Amino acid sequence: MYFLRRLLYAVPLLLLISLLAFVLVHLAPGGPFDRERRPASPEIERNIQAKYHLDEPVWKQYGRYLNGIVHGDLGPSLKYRNHSVTDIIAQGLPVSMTLGGIAFCVALAVGVPLGFFTAAQRGRWPDFLGSFLAVLAVCIPSFVLAPALILVVALKLRWLPVALWESPWHMILPSLALGSFFVGQVARILREAMVTAAQSEFVTAARAKGLGETTLLLKHVLRIALLPVISYSGPMLADLLTGSFIVESIFQIPGIGVFLVNSSLNLDYPVIVGLSLLYAVLLISLNLLVDLAYTFLDPRVKYE
Amino acid sequence: MMFQKRVRRFYRRTRFLLGMCGCLLAAGCGHREPPADITIVNGDEPESLDPAIVTAESDMRIVAGLFEGLTRQESVAARPVPGLAERWDISPDGKTYTFHLRPNLAWSTGEPLTAQDVVYSWLRELNPATASDYAGQLYYLKNGEAYNTGKINDPSQVGVHALDPLTVQVELNHPTLFFLDLCAMPLTSVVPRLTIEKYGDQWLNARPLPVSGPYELAYWRLNDRIRLRKNPRYWDAANTRSAIIDFLPVSSPNTALNLYANGQADIVWDKELIPAELVDELLRRPDFHSYPFLGSYFVRFNVTRKPFGDPRVRQALALAVDKEQIVRKILRARGRPTSALVPAGTANYVSPAGLGHDPERARQLLAEAGFPGGKGFPRFEYLFDSGAGGKKLHEEIAIELQQMWHQELGIEMDLRPVETQVFWGMLSRLDFTVARSSWTADYNDANTFLSMFITGDGNNETGWSNARYDELLHQANETVDPAQREKDFQQAESILIHDELPILPLYIYVGVNYFDTNKILGIWENLVDEHPLNTIQKIRP
Repeated sequence: MYFLRRLLYAVPLLLLISLLAFVLVHLAPGGPFDRERRPASPEIERNIQAKYHLDEPVWKQYGRYLNGIVHGDLGPSLKYRNHSVTDIIAQGLPVSMTLGGIAFCVALAVGVPLGFFTAAQRGRWPDFLGSFLAVLAVCIPSFVLAPALILVVALKLRWLPVALWESPWHMILPSLALGSFFVGQVARILREAMVTAAQSEFVTAARAKGLGETTLLLKHVLRIALLPVISYSGPMLADLLTGSFIVESIFQIPGIGVFLVNSSLNLDYPVIVGLSLLYAVLLISLNLLVDLAYTFLDPRVKYE
Repeated sequence: MMFQKRVRRFYRRTRFLLGMCGCLLAAGCGHREPPADITIVNGDEPESLDPAIVTAESDMRIVAGLFEGLTRQESVAARPVPGLAERWDISPDGKTYTFHLRPNLAWSTGEPLTAQDVVYSWLRELNPATASDYAGQLYYLKNGEAYNTGKINDPSQVGVHALDPLTVQVELNHPTLFFLDLCAMPLTSVVPRLTIEKYGDQWLNARPLPVSGPYELAYWRLNDRIRLRKNPRYWDAANTRSAIIDFLPVSSPNTALNLYANGQADIVWDKELIPAELVDELLRRPDFHSYPFLGSYFVRFNVTRKPFGDPRVRQALALAVDKEQIVRKILRARGRPTSALVPAGTANYVSPAGLGHDPERARQLLAEAGFPGGKGFPRFEYLFDSGAGGKKLHEEIAIELQQMWHQELGIEMDLRPVETQVFWGMLSRLDFTVARSSWTADYNDANTFLSMFITGDGNNETGWSNARYDELLHQANETVDPAQREKDFQQAESILIHDELPILPLYIYVGVNYFDTNKILGIWENLVDEHPLNTIQKIRP
């Protein structure tokens, strides 16, 4: 019941988001067809405006847009005039989702063991080393890490391609560049949560019962400590799946992240609104999944 | 024992999962395609491949491979030579062109290509519903402007007609000496009527897509790759050198250089795709090439704002600028200082002298205009589009100008960086005082630069108007005598760059591309930086 209600709430929320996005982009100075070479006559400009209904009042354009969405049409791109927004999403989203999915796996597969290890070794030098690595991963931005990886692995050692998106080999460097920040975040969050959880009463009780330290950490502490990691995973996954402008442009990956940024610079109204909606849908559904996961992991959590 | 078993089971499971992932990945990107013969890094993702829509030069380079017009550009100097038309007759007054198509022309899908297709394509360009930015290039046709602006609705009144399936007759308003150049531009190339009428704006995604040029569109994956495949039905297919050409839409110079260095691309051919910090060093290598290019960088003054309405003020500002220094410090190998608008090398034309660097005379003129030593001169803003990469240039030049004007004339200027779209909007509304600007040639003729500053032209963007200038340009375009035409143009340009200065020319662009001449043949350096695809070939891996 609770989740059905949440789903119902999502509808007005999405409407509100689309309205805000629509109004805001139209308020931005400049227009999608302001360009270096002006057409020879003002009539040409008028023809273009009329073709894309930009000469109508904004509320009317918004109505037209909503009507389109109901019919599954997110409108044409004003910058890439041979492509529709649906087409852009259909081509770019699978790529971004693959890259984001792999980076997500990297983040968890490296971040969770790293966090667990540092927490288990708390106060000893492996902890300092591990924590230092985690902080490093968080601090080095992808626009530094990506060129460094390319320079060493692709150009010097020639082990992997420098860019493009063609084979599994092409996916390795961008996934690392994209995932590294989240590796650090996950490790830090998990370590923090485990240290806190290890101080709670039920752990003391379990230890008093004579449970071994490793079992204790794995069975009881980790389970509770994973909760903050899971709540972080929702937005993290939404972030990763919608692509990254920096990583996608450095590695020339045909994902959606480049469009997310460039459409705003180009004032490509339908693409901006369409992608904002896509991001909102992903964020809402992933948050819902996180809440669902909570009920399974933490017996204390119940939704009415 | 138990433990070992568990570990083994765990490993088996993990291996299974990893295997599954591998299979999925392989399935996702495993459709093996034949490798391309040539891979070209072309610049930004094309806005379109529709000849009536494209405006960017990099987009036009691909479009020219797909669709051909009555003429086409040859590869060496990019001058117009017979394309779909094998010959033409020009009437003595220069206003009527009769084109004779090659017999047996065919679309890539096999249907015959006739004079009717040419007429359809030109009228489509002018049709207001097509909303083509470049429709103005067909205003040279009789009634072209009237049809495009909706003053007449009957396309048969426009000066392009099919006399028979092999003959196209064109009537012009004036003898237009660069008309054959226009006939080689994408906007006049021949496009497939039935496909366009069936699929509307999405027609380029139709398969099979009938094309009139040397290459077919095998696929177009957004921001990923565009693949062209040789069109065997093209009239000159015997001379198409490469079977498959791939285009990579890369906008980052560093990525372009990496792809080239790693052998993932053979040719990088846009001047924006060389990392600015490395230009000087790279251009010393034998596989990096630079050559003159028909593009000008200049500053616009808004003459409707005080005190820039006074030509003496504009002259003073121009004389105070040391262009040599700007090029030496900022552009280095990417530009050459100029005091003219029309770049050196333009066909049948040599620019008159403009204003050089003379700070003494500049101060004198400023004093005459009422601002001795810059006293009383209002603080003004310099507008430019800011951004990363190539756009940093605009800021660097702005700072240099700020410095020079402050030092030589004692006047103060503020920098006003704005986003690109905002910048173009502000220029067109004359919502600026002084702004950076540039222009590249649409065709190899002085008219493409000079016609901008005719009173009321959409690209004038200075508020400047000069009756004598308008008259000279009009006169030049009425005459069929190239020598007289050059004289008229020179007088006009002299008004622009010596007397009135609504603009301040700074430098001429230099074209840059990189590829190994020991491996790649068929690309020549030329003034318009156009390189027809059919002559390009790789002779060594």
